[in-house]
Amino acid sequence: MKIAQKTIKFLLIAVIALFTVVSFASESDKKHDDQNDGGRVNTKSEVEEYILHHIKDSHDFSLFSYTNDAGEREHLGFPLPVILWSSEGLVAFMSSEFHHNDDGHVIVEKEGLKFAKIHSKIYELNSGATAVSFDETHHATNANKTLDFSITKSAFGLIVIGLLMLLWFSKLARQYKTKKVPTGFGRVLEPLVLYVRDEIAKPNIGEKHYRRFTGYLLTVFFFIWILNLAGLTPLGFNVTGQLAVTGCLAIFTLVVYTVSGTKGYWMHMLWMPGVPVLIRPILAIIELAGALIIKPFSLLVRLFANISAGHIVVMSLIAIMFTLKESLGVVGATGLSLVLSFFITLIEVLVAFLQAYIFTMLSALFIGMAVEDHAEAH
Amino acid sequence: MIGAGLIVIGAGIGLGQIGGKAMEGIARQPEATNKIQTAMIIIAALLEGLAFGALFLGK
Repeated sequence: MKIAQKTIKFLLIAVIALFTVVSFASESDKKHDDQNDGGRVNTKSEVEEYILHHIKDSHDFSLFSYTNDAGEREHLGFPLPVILWSSEGLVAFMSSEFHHNDDGHVIVEKEGLKFAKIHSKIYELNSGATAVSFDETHHATNANKTLDFSITKSAFGLIVIGLLMLLWFSKLARQYKTKKVPTGFGRVLEPLVLYVRDEIAKPNIGEKHYRRFTGYLLTVFFFIWILNLAGLTPLGFNVTGQLAVTGCLAIFTLVVYTVSGTKGYWMHMLWMPGVPVLIRPILAIIELAGALIIKPFSLLVRLFANISAGHIVVMSLIAIMFTLKESLGVVGATGLSLVLSFFITLIEVLVAFLQAYIFTMLSALFIGMAVEDHAEAH
Repeated sequence: MIGAGLIVIGAGIGLGQIGGKAMEGIARQPEATNKIQTAMIIIAALLEGLAFGALFLGK
């Protein structure tokens, strides 16, 4: 028990320390880069490429890279496993075998098959080919994409956060069996859980039905919030800024409110009472499109766009250091970028909470619409 | 591109209206602050979703 408490304490301190150094850490990483590079990242296109690379998912963690005295690129980070479903079945190896190459020049040979990585996508070379050849539009001509089940950066983030949540919340739940007030990290979580239940679930779904959906809403809320916060650390997660992740969450909400819809809900959607019969089919089409497409689409796009935009803004402000170096001098540009990115990071901490809140709130609202008891007379 | 710009302008005006009216409402009835805030955030979120959706499709 004592050891567990110590671990939790250590984790908490580590998390707090990580958040307080967020912007400073990324600053110092970049500065390091700059000094050792002799200003390699100083053009607008390179900054843009760097930011777009960060926004996308990747097959490894790269914290920073620099050129050493011998003139070679050194990368700091750690590799993640690549798992492919190729023409010969399952193939697995570590992403370090690509040596950070992203234009298809490094060929990895496994079980008689050859693989190359081009723009973060892994291609399988056709039999007999020894190097990737490209046509004029830079599409590979003798290689095909494989089904990629790799533990990428985002998948790694999902798994780590999922396990952490399982650990924290199962511990919290177990504590209620023996005592009334939770101890340790549970004290941080309890008010948040109560907040989601009392401020989001109850008023939007209603006293009668809210208990059934509180579990889902709590999971979604903490999942999005913790991942948003993890995205602000210098580790470079951008999990909630991936369309696949937000799309999946939106589909979960869609399934929950579609499956739990009452008779009255479907009645109002498909055959609206109280309006002329001729208008009813038109209304049904509009309502169906709203419930099945527009609602989940708005959930998906809002989270994705907010988080991606936040990441782009923070990184652009950090990049001021390089783009304005000539006109403001090194100290001026660094100071400006430090101040701006520090305050925008503070705003991003707020946005991280707000987006989790809004996603949960709208999910609760949609569920509430689906399960409310319709009065017979309208 | 022009369409995306127009949408952002429209969303900006809309958000300003929502925020301003919510402030007025809170000033008139400070005891209803919580309800007004919740409603404001929901409508702002819906508007934002629309703006982002249009921006996303327009790009």
